[in-house]
Amino acid sequence: MYTPHTDRDIAAMLQVIGVDSLDDLVRVPAAIAPRGAVEVTPQLSEIEIAARFRRFAERTTAGEFTSFLGAGAYRHYIPPVVGALAMRGEFLTSYTPYQAEVSQGYLQAIYEWQTYIALLTGLDVANASVYDGATALAEGVIMAVNATGRKGVLVSRAVHPNYRAVLRTYAEGLELTVDELPYAADGRTDLGTLDALLAEQRYAAVVVQSPNFFGAIDALPPGAAERIRATKTVVIGVVAEAMSLGALATPASWGAEICVGEAQSFGNAIAYGGPHVGFIAASEAHLRRIPGRLAGKSVDSEGRTAYVLTLQAREQHIRREKATSNICTNQAHCALCATIYLAAMGRTGLRNCAALNVARAQELARRVSAVAGYARRFEAPVFNEIVVRVPGRAADVLAALEGRGIVGGLDLGRFYPELADCILMAATELTTAAEIDALAAALSEIPARAAARV
Amino acid sequence: MPLPAFETPLIFETGQVGRANRYLPDAAALDSLLPAGALRDELALPDNTELDVVRHFTRLSQKTFGIDTAFYPLGSCTMKYNPRINDAMANVPALRDVHPFAPDRLAQGALAVMWELERALASLFGMAAFSLNPAAGAHAELAALLIVKAYFKQKGEAQRHVVIVPDTAHGTNPASAAMVGYKVLSLKSDARGRVDPDEMRKVVGPETAVCMMTNPNTLGLFEPRIHDVSDVVHAAGGLMYYDGANANALMGNTRPGDMGFDLMHLNLHKTFTIPHGGGGAGAGPVGVAAHLTQYLPNPVVRACDATGAAVESSGWRETDELTFALDFDRPDAIGTMRSFWSNFAHMVRALAYVYANGADGLATVSKLAVLNANYIRASIRDVIDVPYDEINRHEFVASAQPLKRETGIRALDLAKALLDRGYHAPTVYFPLIVPECLMIEPTETESKETLDDFIAAFREIVATAHADPERVLAAPVNTPVGRIDETRAARQPDLRWRPPEPV
Repeated sequence: MYTPHTDRDIAAMLQVIGVDSLDDLVRVPAAIAPRGAVEVTPQLSEIEIAARFRRFAERTTAGEFTSFLGAGAYRHYIPPVVGALAMRGEFLTSYTPYQAEVSQGYLQAIYEWQTYIALLTGLDVANASVYDGATALAEGVIMAVNATGRKGVLVSRAVHPNYRAVLRTYAEGLELTVDELPYAADGRTDLGTLDALLAEQRYAAVVVQSPNFFGAIDALPPGAAERIRATKTVVIGVVAEAMSLGALATPASWGAEICVGEAQSFGNAIAYGGPHVGFIAASEAHLRRIPGRLAGKSVDSEGRTAYVLTLQAREQHIRREKATSNICTNQAHCALCATIYLAAMGRTGLRNCAALNVARAQELARRVSAVAGYARRFEAPVFNEIVVRVPGRAADVLAALEGRGIVGGLDLGRFYPELADCILMAATELTTAAEIDALAAALSEIPARAAARV
Repeated sequence: MPLPAFETPLIFETGQVGRANRYLPDAAALDSLLPAGALRDELALPDNTELDVVRHFTRLSQKTFGIDTAFYPLGSCTMKYNPRINDAMANVPALRDVHPFAPDRLAQGALAVMWELERALASLFGMAAFSLNPAAGAHAELAALLIVKAYFKQKGEAQRHVVIVPDTAHGTNPASAAMVGYKVLSLKSDARGRVDPDEMRKVVGPETAVCMMTNPNTLGLFEPRIHDVSDVVHAAGGLMYYDGANANALMGNTRPGDMGFDLMHLNLHKTFTIPHGGGGAGAGPVGVAAHLTQYLPNPVVRACDATGAAVESSGWRETDELTFALDFDRPDAIGTMRSFWSNFAHMVRALAYVYANGADGLATVSKLAVLNANYIRASIRDVIDVPYDEINRHEFVASAQPLKRETGIRALDLAKALLDRGYHAPTVYFPLIVPECLMIEPTETESKETLDDFIAAFREIVATAHADPERVLAAPVNTPVGRIDETRAARQPDLRWRPPEPV
């Protein structure tokens, strides 16, 4: 319990209020009194709480395994300076900076985050963050729907399956139609049917992800964005692995007018899936359709530089049912971690880290492909993830690897039934040569019989 | 204590290329690894030393007001103390680093955290089950409305598309309704600030989908006839949704389930001490009564005992002997709301907070939150108009309307004057139905001494408003900047730094 009241305090305060007891303050009609006992935890002291969570930690053994999991949540090095600064109490315990005069520090940090995201994506503006990559996509699609008045969306099947699932959830509410573009033999989006589909003039947006869910660099080829835009359809680029922005051509450079994505890779722990931090960047033309908070630079009554939340006429607390979105909370603290991370890494550090990711993934691809029976499923160049075809079922190979202390990656059959013999494997700057050795050795030891079991 | 006033250059205006911190070994050049066409040409980020970065963000933190700085009576936001043990538990490496696609076998402890929290919340709020999936309160409202929509679709009553909200409702309620294609009907509250069941009877009908309410309402008033309101809505075939924004007032006292609500959300960043972090990340579990559990968003956590039999438990229980699995195989589920399963680090924090209190402790939390709010109300009601001057719950509203008439001082001016005194301002101009509204929520973690100091400061400001209004209008003067030109910010949006044009 974290309450400071002594019995004497309570008595004195009740007297000022003019009631006799605490129970008198909270009395409710008998009809709504709790029915039955409330079963919550016992009340524990702090060291007992720590012991309880030690037990939860002991039962969470994933950390004892060598892991090649990525698929939208990435293990990257986080310099200790990120936590040391972000956990300062002023940042941690402040509310949304509506009282700008006493929130200048946080507002400036948000302005810096917006700048980092704009510079990294190559677009004009970015918002103060949204819940995560999947909801960023849903919100980006709503922007395009509002911009075009159309209710269809055309999404590459190589966009993260969870992002597409969330888009379908939102689409149910908004009564949107979601159609999909297939992936090609090299792992990139197959644009073969694009022109015919665009001719129907019913899509608000075309959505592609790069690097896509298979790790492949899937930027739109030259001319594609122009063809899409010529039909008044918005190009949305998705970036589920923000670290790639340190190396790859910007989404703006290949035609994205709206870029949505996930920035967990910048200084945020994986934490079993959250909180992570979504971003939305857009060209100037879409500025007033961007959902959520925006920090702007202005001046105070004495002409000093001052930051403030701005363009609030877009938001739910002003516009209510006519708002651009119902979003209220953002992920300010995760965005702050990302901002500190980017400041500490700098241009040189970020490019280098991105290059390490590419190099480790290429090393991983070489070593795994050298094992008899294993090969890359797709040939397109990748950032830090590869798809490996295995002999037999991916699930069996992954189970065998787990017995050898390795979480080998994601069974793609979970999302793509036709890829049940494929594993999505990630390598980052934290993946060591020894770990790749161990994986290759383990794969070569898995008896072909076990691997081939169907 | 005033926040410092120094100006801080942008991180982009400092540093030199080549001043990089060496966190990682050197990689091969990018153009030796990937085709040139795949690579970006420039990356105009600054290189700063770690010391420069530390000073920059330390200075920014010093110009930011948090609960850790001083009293933060921001109505509707429940700015209570955020215990540090919660952060420490969220930062235990085994829990912090587990991957969402890790096999369930390797994530049993993390799943136990989710299951224990979910069971505790269900029991505490009288719901059959929660999904921890939504990322925040508004996100949970959206999930709940999607549940409502799916429920009526399956019942063959898809014509139900009207959401009834009292005029005191949060802006997210109508905005969420719009996102599922529902129409909003705003219901006027009565002279005592409550929803009148007889008025409700006049507006419900075959098109009513759901009524969204909070109790206590956004005026801080308890709705004593909530059971009658629920009966009216249910009789018309509609559902009742509880907005958990004000849940800090009622733990152990009554439960949304007991009041007749079918669905609800919680803001774990309010009642359950998750740090607000400057506006997020939050967490918004969505809970439902038994007839709606199949629609909850994916995934939910299932428990089995040592024999492999499914464990059903009406509330929290010990989990050491149980095993857990994430369940995605639920054909009626509305889908999933976000990339991964939950804001898990916040589930750790919330569960640590539940353990720190237990059922009795949480009941005491609510009582003392109500005590603190009423103590401030009773201590300032003679100097400021309190439109609903009765026993409130965890927060109350005052109106500066008479003061404005007498002195020209508005709610906003009082808010700025409080900033000068080293307090955070109350929420102003919400709820919309009270003119010149100040909404004050002290929370239970503040001591009588803190409240007494605040009350004295507030009374002095009101006295100054009468004696020397210009001084109040000039506020704030003790803050890093004065009042900000918001019109300029909106008319000439400057939302990012741009690199200087190359010369």
